[in-house]
Amino acid sequence: MTRPQLEQFEIHRVFPAAVLGHDVSFTNASLFMIVTLLGVWAFLAVGMRRATLVPGRWQASVEMFHEFIVGMVDENIGHGGRQYVPFIFSLFIFILFANIIGLLPFAFAVTSHIWVTFAFAAFIFLLCIVIGLARHGLKFFTLFVPPQTPIILLPLIVLIELISFLSRPLTLSVRLFANMTAGHILLQVFAGFIVSLGLAGGLFTLLGVLPLAMNVALYALELLVAVVQAYVFALLTCVYLNDSINLSH
Amino acid sequence: MDATAAKLIGAGIATFGMGLAALGVGIIFGLFLQGALRNPAAANSQRPNLLFGFAVTEALGIFSFLVALILLFVV
Repeated sequence: MTRPQLEQFEIHRVFPAAVLGHDVSFTNASLFMIVTLLGVWAFLAVGMRRATLVPGRWQASVEMFHEFIVGMVDENIGHGGRQYVPFIFSLFIFILFANIIGLLPFAFAVTSHIWVTFAFAAFIFLLCIVIGLARHGLKFFTLFVPPQTPIILLPLIVLIELISFLSRPLTLSVRLFANMTAGHILLQVFAGFIVSLGLAGGLFTLLGVLPLAMNVALYALELLVAVVQAYVFALLTCVYLNDSINLSH
Repeated sequence: MDATAAKLIGAGIATFGMGLAALGVGIIFGLFLQGALRNPAAANSQRPNLLFGFAVTEALGIFSFLVALILLFVV
């Protein structure tokens, strides 16, 4: 039994660099983050070049993205949410493009590393706390007290709510990271089957079509997962921002 | 038993979590289809909720897969 090779997740230094003894080299992860940014920039800039009132196809797809995000923010945050549309839009489109670009052959999946997704999730968590405290002061902590709670259950409920609140950055980051990693490992395992069946010769080479078909189906599933995970990340960010801004429960 | 054997057994037991999460995902889609066949006009408006529910339920299955991976490769 061979262990699944995890070389596709390895970080390689493209341009080694060090500052005061700390490693700040430009790695393949940084390279693909820049590729993602260039993809996003190309999609948006070229689409909105010479924008017309009646949009062409590319402009219409850019506007669809914008309308989608504005609709999501309006539905979840409501009043006072419009100022967060650029943030949610950048978050959604970066994670979407990073997920999809990671699926291309020989590409590196940026979001398949816990540090990348945890950076996003930690920032969103701190943003929610800062926004909540700035808007509501110490009344922000009434977020942990659901209305109409019997006094006897109050300590237990507050503890449970607190733990659920503190687990938000963890679940947010792990959901994206584990989905991407699991998907890529699955694709690699079936690709390994194709190669090993093909090398076995004879009838086995013909049977190698089966893992190939499975891989094609898995690829379609991974595209779906990439899009859905980006959508869920942005949606949960809107929900958490709504909790902080409107103190709703 | 030595540590490697225990890790492998633990990773195998962690797959039960994925089976239970699969049940959860099936429940979500099944109930959505049930409602959609009774009220097709309202089905499209609930599609965002469907995808959201699917993603958070599948996340729990992926967490158990993560536990298996941690047992095999990290610990």
